[in-house]
Amino acid sequence: MADNAHDHDHEHGIGHPAPVKLLLGVFFALIVLTILTVVTAGQFPKPFGLWIAMAFATAKAALVMLFFMHMFWDKPFNILAFMSSLLFVALFIGMTLMDSSHYKVDQDSFPRGEDPVPVTTTDSGG
Amino acid sequence: MIKPERKKELFGHAENNFLNCTSGWKSWAFTLDHKRIGIMYLIGVTFALFLAGFFAIVLRTHLWTYNSTLLDNATYNQMFTLHGAVMVFAFIIPSVPAALGNIVLPMMLGAKDVAFPRLNLMSFYLWIAGTGFLFLAIINGGLDTGWTFYTPYSIETETGVIWATFGAFILGFSSIFTGLNFLVTVNTMRAPGQTWFKLPLFLWSLYATSIIQILATPVLGITLLLLIAERTMNIGIFDPAYGGDPVLFQHFFWFYSHPAVYIMILPAMGVISELISVYSQKRIFGYSFIAFSSVAIALLGFLVWGHHMFTSGQSMVVTLIFSAITFSVAIPSAVKVFNWLATMYKGSISLATPMCYALSFIFLFGIGGLTGLFLGALSTDIHLHDTYFVVAHFHFVMVGGTLTALLGGLYHWWPKIFGRMYNDFLGRVGCFLVFSGFNLTFFPQFVMGARGMPRRYASYDPEFQIFHQWSTIGAFVLGIGILLSFGVLAYAAYRGPKVGANPFKAASLEWQSSSPPDFHNFVHDPVMNDPYDFDAMVYDEELDTYIQREFADPDKVPPRKEPVHH
Amino acid sequence: MAVADTHSTDDHHDDHHHHDHGEFIAHHFDGGAEQQFDSGKLGIWLFLVTEVLFFSGLFVAYVLYRSLHPEIFEQAHVFLDKWLGGLNTVVLLFSSLTMAWAVRCSQLERNKAVSFFVLITMICAAMFLGVKAIEYSHKWDMGILVRSAFDFHEGHPEPQTAIGQSLHISDYLVYLSVIPTILLVGFAVASVAFKVMGNQHQYAFWGCMAITVGGYFLGVVGGHIYMDVTDGGVGGHAQNAPVVLYAQEAEQDDGPVTAPDGTVPHESPEPPAAEEGDDAEAGDEDEGHEDDGHSHEEGDAHSHAGDESHAEGDHAHDESHVHHGPDPTKFHRDVGVFFSIYYCMTGLHAIHIIAGIIALAWILWRSLLGHWRKDYFGPVEYVGLYWHLVDLIWIFLFPMLYLID
Repeated sequence: MADNAHDHDHEHGIGHPAPVKLLLGVFFALIVLTILTVVTAGQFPKPFGLWIAMAFATAKAALVMLFFMHMFWDKPFNILAFMSSLLFVALFIGMTLMDSSHYKVDQDSFPRGEDPVPVTTTDSGG
Repeated sequence: MIKPERKKELFGHAENNFLNCTSGWKSWAFTLDHKRIGIMYLIGVTFALFLAGFFAIVLRTHLWTYNSTLLDNATYNQMFTLHGAVMVFAFIIPSVPAALGNIVLPMMLGAKDVAFPRLNLMSFYLWIAGTGFLFLAIINGGLDTGWTFYTPYSIETETGVIWATFGAFILGFSSIFTGLNFLVTVNTMRAPGQTWFKLPLFLWSLYATSIIQILATPVLGITLLLLIAERTMNIGIFDPAYGGDPVLFQHFFWFYSHPAVYIMILPAMGVISELISVYSQKRIFGYSFIAFSSVAIALLGFLVWGHHMFTSGQSMVVTLIFSAITFSVAIPSAVKVFNWLATMYKGSISLATPMCYALSFIFLFGIGGLTGLFLGALSTDIHLHDTYFVVAHFHFVMVGGTLTALLGGLYHWWPKIFGRMYNDFLGRVGCFLVFSGFNLTFFPQFVMGARGMPRRYASYDPEFQIFHQWSTIGAFVLGIGILLSFGVLAYAAYRGPKVGANPFKAASLEWQSSSPPDFHNFVHDPVMNDPYDFDAMVYDEELDTYIQREFADPDKVPPRKEPVHH
Repeated sequence: MAVADTHSTDDHHDDHHHHDHGEFIAHHFDGGAEQQFDSGKLGIWLFLVTEVLFFSGLFVAYVLYRSLHPEIFEQAHVFLDKWLGGLNTVVLLFSSLTMAWAVRCSQLERNKAVSFFVLITMICAAMFLGVKAIEYSHKWDMGILVRSAFDFHEGHPEPQTAIGQSLHISDYLVYLSVIPTILLVGFAVASVAFKVMGNQHQYAFWGCMAITVGGYFLGVVGGHIYMDVTDGGVGGHAQNAPVVLYAQEAEQDDGPVTAPDGTVPHESPEPPAAEEGDDAEAGDEDEGHEDDGHSHEEGDAHSHAGDESHAEGDHAHDESHVHHGPDPTKFHRDVGVFFSIYYCMTGLHAIHIIAGIIALAWILWRSLLGHWRKDYFGPVEYVGLYWHLVDLIWIFLFPMLYLID
């Protein structure tokens, strides 16, 4: 079925097979980065720890996108399309975050009456 | 000697076309043909329009007197909620893109179909399923949150919020898949020689719409999922009783729903660009400005969602930013209106039904857009927020904009879809009734709103009664106008006189196919031309239709590469 | 996406033997294989865009609550075991490697190798779910649930192990494993049946599916052994890490420490409200080593809000007489919100994993039929892109949820 139904006049095909060595190298780098992330967690002063962890994550994400997802060889438009999503996520987070601390006070002082009764307990008289 | 037959086959009324090439309900239910899917969409959204329009008529009847007892308060709340939810999610958003766009988009590209026909059919069935869930909401206790599902009320109310939100969730996916399909189709399926700047402007607007659908609608999906989780499990993200943030819900909701407003209006603007140009027989003025203003509106639309929340308690910095950007949306919108007017200047304007709708659109959208500036301004919005002024504003944009454009577009492409002409006189009567009924309905609401009549109230101060009564009369006129317009179209589809490929002397690619089109849209390879070069069209007496100059001798028409008939 | 443009019109592909209209090139692509591939690829990228924005809502919720209530995240993260999370990260990364390798093989027309690598990918995916099931069931045992149902306190009853008593297997784990067990049996039976009937393709496919489900149990067993060895893991059981947390706070409280067995958790005399609030802050100071400076800043920056929450805390504290909830002297009253976000994020991610397994099964089915060729391997690549995105999301979820300082 695979052999006769088609005549191979496109010798080059439309894909770009990634070399095995590259794939393995990327995987190795990802593992190293993961171990670094786990080992260094909690080792840095407070505000930096989060950012360092996220930097590691971003580096890993970049590796996956560039080589596993073939972005390195992809059409610019596809890359633009995907990257634009990150821009809009940043917009979403940024604008919402600018706003949230403003009414935190109202939110924390919301008159709850009593702390809502947990769903799982049955003996909550109240 | 075979010349006339060949010519008729190519450009006449095609006896063998996509409507009758196969028959039986299965040939429709499982069709992958974009034109049939578009027609099914059209039937579906028309049904949703009539349902939601019925709710509107009931509401307006109730508001005839200031202390009406026609509906009790709970029923009234449910009525306006369902009117809004069905209109927005099941009618306006899919109306122009999914119904009209589905039929026209691949033909304008000279393609055989959209890029993913199965996905296209799935979009339609998702639409059916989503609308079905909205119906289930009506059966299971209705819905009284307003179409916006604001927390915390939507967590507390006893009505069928979960059904409705799940319906809207599914409808969102229908919308996403349609947008994805269109984006890919425009990118990869254009006919040879059709560059980006040879695309008809309708496609630019559909492209911009698709960008919004892809970027914004998923956020609606997660919002509604979280709302369902909040209602069932009280996860405490939106519910202040559990430490949640109800304003966050508004951010989530409007991150989608403000861009969604442009999902509603952008395709309508595209339709109007086509109509104005064709019925003025003049090249569209400022093509690239209109094209890029569509994209600009789509992107700016993402930066203004906070203007729905000026009174919600959001911070002043954010409020100022959103207000400023809101004003900037007026620029690309005005660019479009100026270009339409400039197109008509010194054109040979024919006041056929589609053009009547197009002119109505410019007038109504002008008012709708300009009153938006009042609401975008912080100080006036504090006064006008949640009054009938807002109601009138967005009805001018959504009904005056989208509905008139949908009707205009239907009248324009109807002879192409069904190969039959409508009664132009009755069409114009319908347009007049829609236009006058619409203005009578919503103009008084501006006055009421400015005087402080709040929206969503079942009873009101007696001083507003006269305005409400005008409004109610207008609603009935509008309803009759819409019924008449659709009636004229429905009659034409079955009994109208047969027409050839291009009765309106339009120049975009879809008019090069026979009417109704072949299953594969074109029997011949479409010849690339400028979509606004009307001089390229010549009249053919035998067929009583317009034909491209190159095709005057049909022997020169190249056959389509491997047309495969089913 | 991939669904739309594959199996072209099977019923009439005989009609046209145009040189670039292969068996699986849909008729409406005049541009042939390349146009179809490009369309599918753009389609799947756009689909990934929608996925990113779909998850973005949860990221917004996360960032917002973390910025407003960092104390919730600090209190809650001790319940998450970073080694289990790290294990799952490695499993997913490995599955990404095998997926990328499968795509490479499909481009080189090595269909058998594609089947092999896709199978490995599926096993890893199932294994990820197995570890996740261990984590979930362990938390449910401790009453660590979404905000409204959050019920963790020192005296929380021992895990229900009525079914798997001898092995200390949680009932929740048993419930979670019911469907995989049914699938395992069903797939195995199907495989054997097709073997008997002599259908090699179906035999291989269902056999691979059974092995895939086996990956789930591999994850479960591995996670369970880890839990046993570490006595509930670092993020631990009621007798473990949270008690450490309590002990630290109790030292500074100088108040009576409730027993870890905690049968009567709330009998200790309650300190006056204001004092309690002060103590809590003092506790932070003494406890945090490098955290010290930061908690001060935090306290100053939100002093007003802090007062508010103390006042509310009293209220909740009074309530704690009547129902079991998180001990308000130890936990922020909204600590459950963290787990709401945790369950939403990881749950949605797990749903994507399951969808990925189904998509991969479809690829496996076609690989076993030898469908992939130099000019037709799109579906493998599309599913691969989706799978890498699922991996990408986890790459971010892992530090966000498991590695909070």
